[in-house]
Amino acid sequence: MSVFSTIVSQIFNGLQSGSVYALVALGYSMVYGIIMLLNFAHGDIIMVGAYIVWILMSFLALPPAIGAVAAVAGCTLLGVAIEKVAYAPLRKSPRLSLLITAIGVSFFLENAAQLVMGAGSKPMPTIIKGTNIEIGSAHISFVSVVTIIVSVITMLLLTLLVQKTKMGKAMRAVSEDMDSARLMGININRTISFTFAVGSALAGIAAVLYSCAYPQASPTMGSMLGLKAFVAAVLGGIGSIPGAMIGGFAIGLLEALVSAAGLSVWKDGVVFGILIIVLIVKPTGIMGRKMNEKV
Amino acid sequence: MVKNKKGIPRLLAYAINALLFFVFLGILNSLIASGIFSSYYVKILMLIAINIILAVSLNLATGFLGQLPLGHAGFMAVGAYASAIFMKATPLPNFVAFPIGLILGGLVAAVFGFIIGIPALRLRGDYLAIITLGFGEIIRVVLLNIDSVLGFNFTYGASSLKNIPKTTTVTNAFICVSIVLIIIHTTIKSKHGRAVLSIRENEIAAESCGVNTTYYKTMAFVMSAFFAGMAGSLYAGYVGILNPSGFAFMKSIEILVMVVLGGMGSMIGSVISATALTVLPELLRSFSEYRMVAYSLLLIIVMIFKPSGLMGTYDFSLSRIIGKCGDKISSHLRKGKEGRR
Amino acid sequence: MKDINQAIIPERDKDKTPAIECIGLGIDFGGLTAVDNFNFTLGRTEIAGLIGPNGAGKTTVFNLLTKVYQPTRGKMLLLGKDTKDLTIAQANRAGIARTFQNIRLFKDLSVMDNVLIGLHNEIRYSLAEAIIRLPSFWRAEKVARERALDLLSIFDMADMAEKQAGSLPYGAQRRLEIVRALATNPTLLLLDEPAAGMNPSETGELMENIRKIRDMFQISILLIEHDMNLVMGICEGIAVLNYGRIIAKGTPDEIKSDPNVIEAYLGKKGNANA
Repeated sequence: MSVFSTIVSQIFNGLQSGSVYALVALGYSMVYGIIMLLNFAHGDIIMVGAYIVWILMSFLALPPAIGAVAAVAGCTLLGVAIEKVAYAPLRKSPRLSLLITAIGVSFFLENAAQLVMGAGSKPMPTIIKGTNIEIGSAHISFVSVVTIIVSVITMLLLTLLVQKTKMGKAMRAVSEDMDSARLMGININRTISFTFAVGSALAGIAAVLYSCAYPQASPTMGSMLGLKAFVAAVLGGIGSIPGAMIGGFAIGLLEALVSAAGLSVWKDGVVFGILIIVLIVKPTGIMGRKMNEKV
Repeated sequence: MVKNKKGIPRLLAYAINALLFFVFLGILNSLIASGIFSSYYVKILMLIAINIILAVSLNLATGFLGQLPLGHAGFMAVGAYASAIFMKATPLPNFVAFPIGLILGGLVAAVFGFIIGIPALRLRGDYLAIITLGFGEIIRVVLLNIDSVLGFNFTYGASSLKNIPKTTTVTNAFICVSIVLIIIHTTIKSKHGRAVLSIRENEIAAESCGVNTTYYKTMAFVMSAFFAGMAGSLYAGYVGILNPSGFAFMKSIEILVMVVLGGMGSMIGSVISATALTVLPELLRSFSEYRMVAYSLLLIIVMIFKPSGLMGTYDFSLSRIIGKCGDKISSHLRKGKEGRR
Repeated sequence: MKDINQAIIPERDKDKTPAIECIGLGIDFGGLTAVDNFNFTLGRTEIAGLIGPNGAGKTTVFNLLTKVYQPTRGKMLLLGKDTKDLTIAQANRAGIARTFQNIRLFKDLSVMDNVLIGLHNEIRYSLAEAIIRLPSFWRAEKVARERALDLLSIFDMADMAEKQAGSLPYGAQRRLEIVRALATNPTLLLLDEPAAGMNPSETGELMENIRKIRDMFQISILLIEHDMNLVMGICEGIAVLNYGRIIAKGTPDEIKSDPNVIEAYLGKKGNANA
C-alpha cells in the first residue's frame, strides 16, 4: 500500500469514528448546557441501543431498518425515563448529588445489562451492506461513507432544530438562564425532557453506526466510548453544539493518527492526555464561552 | 486542667479512648487465639479495616472537601504495588519493613495525587471526576503493560505480582485504622479542616475570608490519596498477590457507595457502612451477581431520598457521650442531695 | 457642579494614605463595558456609599475591588500599594473584606465555625501541631474562640454561636456575614446591600452598628444600598453609578440635589409627563 492510500484510508477511519464521537458528544454537551450535569449514563444508553439492534436482528431476525429505528426510539425513551426518574427529583440538590446519581444510573445500566445479557459480547449482524469505494489505490469502506453522511445530515438537522424552531429557542433560553426562562413562561421540565430526548436519539443513531463499525455488543462498550465522546465535548467547548461536532471529529482523526503511527495501544492514554492539556490550557474548549459564576 | 465543653477533662477522655481501643484489640486477639474466630473471620476483619481506611479517606475528599474523585482504586493500586515491590525486595525484617512499606505506599500514592490534583482541582467538580476516572483507568493499563514496555519484571502485569510477604494482621490493620481516623479527625477539627469545609460550603466566600483554596484543596486531596495508598499497602500484605484487574473502576465505585451510604461528611457513617458492606456480601454469597446492581440502585436511591446518607454529617464522640452521662449523673446526685436536705 | 473625578475625603483622613484609591478602573465582559473610568478615593475611617439604579455596575465594582474580577483597565491602590494580580484570598489578607448581595454563609457549619473561618489567617498553628494536638494548638483555638465570641457580641449574637448558620433568620444571617468579614481584620469593609430584606427598625439598628464598627475598629466602610434613609443617614461621601460610570460624587446633601442623579433615578422631566 502506498503512503497516499494509507493516509486516505486513515483519514476516513478517523472521520468515521469521529462522527460517532461527535453524535455522542452532542448529547453530553446539550445536557451539560441545560442542567450542568455530566451525564455519565449517556455512554451506556448507546450500549442499550446496540443490544436493541442485536435483539431485533439476531434474535427476532427482523430487517436492519426496523432494528435501527427501534434502537433510536428505545434510546430516546430510555433517556427521557432516566431524566424523569433519577435526575428530575434532584433539580434543587447540590451538583455533587446529581453527579453521584448519574454515576449510579450508568453503573446500574451496565450491571443490569450484564445480568440480563451475560458478561460476554454478542456478535452483531451486518446492518449496512454495500461495495467499497476506491479513491486511487485507497479502499474506503461503504460503512464509513454512510456513517459520515448520516451523521453530517443529523447534525445539520439538529442545528436547524436548535436555531429555527420554538423548542430550540426554548432550549437555548433555558441553558442561558433557567430562572429567567421560567419567568418568560417557558416550561422548564418539558424543555429539559426534550433536550434529553434529542440527546438520547443522537446516541441511538450513534449506537447503530457504531455497531456497523464494531459489530459486537457488550455491557461495558458504552463507558469508554462515552468517556472519549465527553473528552470531545470538552475539547470542542462544553455546551456548544458546533464545538461538540468539531471536538468529535478532532478526537476521531487524532486516534486514527495515533494508530497510523503504530501506537494504537496508547490511544486511550493520548485521549485522556488531550483532556488534561485542554483543561489546563483552555478549560472552555475551542468554541466554549466562559461561564462566570454570579457573585 | 482545661476542660472540654461538655464535662470530662481532655486527658481523661484521651485515656478512656485509648483504653477502649486496646480492650477492643485485646478481645479480637483473644477471640482469634482461642479459635472462636476462624481464619475466615480473620480475613474479613482485615478486609473491614482496609475498607474503613478506603472509605474514610475518600470521605475526606468527597464529604469534607466536596469533590468527587473516581479514581480512588487507582491510588490504592499505586500504593499496593509500591509497597509490594518494596516488601519483596527488602532484606529488612518484617517488623521494620512493614511500616516503611506502609508509608512508602502512601507517599507514592500521594505523589500521584499531587500530580493529578494540581490540574484537576483548578476546575469544576465534574472535570475532577473525569480526570481521576481517566487516571484510575490509565494506572490499571500501565500496571498491566509496563513490564513489556520497559522489559523489567516489576508488576508482572496480567500474570500477577505473587509471593508478597503477608505482613498484614488484624492488630496492625486496626492500629492503622485508628491512626487514620485520629489524623483525619484532628485535621478536620482544626483551622485547616475548617478551611477545607469552607471550600465545600462556598468556595468564593472561603476565598473572601482569605482561605487559600488551592492549597487546601490540594492538601485534602493529597491526604486522601496518601491514605488510599496506605490501604493499598495493607491490602497487598493481606492478599499476597496483586493483579491490576482488582483495581478497576468498579472498586472505586464500591468505595464511593460506602461513603455515600454512610453519609458524606460523617466518619462514623463511613466506618459503619464500610463494615456493613464488607460483611453483607459475605453473608449473601448466593446473591453475589446482584451485588453490583444493588450498589448502583443504592447510590441512586440514597441520593434521591436521603442525600445525607445514614448518619448525615453526625460525628460520634465518646467523650461527649461520657460527658453528657457524667453531667446527668452528677445533676442526679445533686438533686438527690438537695432532696435529702 | 463638582468635578466627579476629584477625590473627596473627610478632613480627618486627609493626611493619611487613602484606604483605597481607584484610578481609571474599568472592565469589559466580551465586548460589553460593565464599568468604565472609575475614579474613587476612600478615606481611612470614612463611611461611603455606592448607589445607582439596578444594573449600574455596583456589584461589579465590589468584585473588582475584591479581585473576583481582574480589571481590564486602570489600577487600584490599597493603602497606597498596587493590587495588580492579587487573588481574592490575597486581597483579603491585604485588608479587604466583604459581604455578599446574595448571602454566602457556610450554611451547614455553626455560627462559631463561620467566624472562626473568618479568623483563619489570625490563627497560627501548623497542620502537624493540629494533628498531634500540641498545647499551642489548644491555646490558639481558645484565643480564637474568645475573639469570635467578642465579635459576635457586637451584634448580640454570642448566644447563637452553636446554631447552624443556615438556620438563622435572614437578618441574623446578614449580620453574621458582617461579623465573619470583620474577623478577617480588614482595613476596608465592603457591604453589599446590608439592609436588604430588613424592616425599618432592624435597618435603624444596622445603621447604629455600622457606625459602631467604624469607631471601634477605625476602618473604612463602603456600602452598596438601595435604602436611601440608610445611605443618606450614615454615609459621609456618596458616589452615584449609572451605566458603569460615576455620574455624581459628593456629600449626601449634594447628591440629593444633583440633577444628574435625579435624572438617573426618575428619568428626564419630559418623559415623566409624556
